[in-house]
Amino acid sequence: MLQVNVYRYNPETDSAPYMQEFQVDTKGRDLMVLDVLHLIKEQDNAFAYRRSCREGVCGSDGMNMNGKNGLACVTALSEVVEDGKLIVRPLPGLPVIRDLVVDMSLFYKQYERIQPYLLNDTPAPAIERLQSPEERDKLDGLYECILCACCSTSCPSFWWNPDKFVGPSGLLQAYRFLADSRDTATRERLAQLDDPFSVFRCRGIMNCVNACPKGLNPTRAIGHIRDMLLHNAT
Amino acid sequence: MVTNITNFGRSGLSDWLMQRASAVVLALYTLYMVGFFLTTSHLDYATWSGLFQGTGMRIFSLLALISLAAHAWIGLWTVSTDYIKPTGIRLGFQVVVILAMFAYLVWGVQVLWGA
Ligand code: SF4
Ligand code: SF4
Ligand code: FES
Repeated sequence: MLQVNVYRYNPETDSAPYMQEFQVDTKGRDLMVLDVLHLIKEQDNAFAYRRSCREGVCGSDGMNMNGKNGLACVTALSEVVEDGKLIVRPLPGLPVIRDLVVDMSLFYKQYERIQPYLLNDTPAPAIERLQSPEERDKLDGLYECILCACCSTSCPSFWWNPDKFVGPSGLLQAYRFLADSRDTATRERLAQLDDPFSVFRCRGIMNCVNACPKGLNPTRAIGHIRDMLLHNAT
Repeated sequence: MVTNITNFGRSGLSDWLMQRASAVVLALYTLYMVGFFLTTSHLDYATWSGLFQGTGMRIFSLLALISLAAHAWIGLWTVSTDYIKPTGIRLGFQVVVILAMFAYLVWGVQVLWGA
């Protein structure tokens, strides 16, 4: 039996959030945390969480497991369980809609703000804009982000200023478009980031790198953006 | 772009650069002072005031003082925008910090160039 404590909150019936304990029979298997949540849902139908692909691709089941953010579907019990106990909470720092479901509006707003699409003012070619293999290589480690928010919600700077600091996820994407040879709006993009909050609230403590289930490195991307700003201004 | 009017240099980059540059100045000044204390066996009023007689040392000290003021302002401004959410209290805190920095600066100049 595995002892699982989950965060419960239903704004329609509960005046405050609380932790609820469940005993889950794993039959000795090393299940993924998401499987355990399914077993809990069999005990209590009202238990709410998001999931879709259950294979680490869609980014919908980011949550906090024994204190660390990650995707429940690709986190094995053997990686997180301590002393036979598992504590599952919603992603920190975002408003809770219900149980493990959080409101991601602020996270998406920051994503929208960095204009996550190619901007190019040169005439469109007949077929497509070509890139050399070297230019394409620059996007590795950037384009793989699945927007799960595990990084941004583990970042203290994002907790304190989610409306002003773009956050690691958004900044990784900002750099993904700054680094793209097919994008011509580099100056405009940089001008949007050169205030004391958007980029410079990053304190470089690398919680984001520690949390990312895809093994990406937002801190390095933020460093590159800072270098580009410096290069542009001096 | 996020707007703001109370930070040091209007742009995040200039604040960031100033924070680094002032840190370097403060580190150099600290090293120099530690060196002075280590190499001075007998410290009395004469050696101490003699140290600050030269114009070079006075300029160095003033630079360190200005660096300290800028460094403290940028740092404390950041702390206040992270942790103090009510606008009135935050503004009050920022005014107190500014006044304190200004007072220390004027006082420092007085000490350095005073009799
Ligand atoms: S390195 Fe920067 S973005 Fe990443 S967690 Fe720390 S402050 Fe946040
Ligand atoms: S950088 Fe990693 S942790 Fe952050 S949103 Fe993208 S995939 Fe998730
Ligand atoms: S369910 Fe899609 S990433 Fe976990």
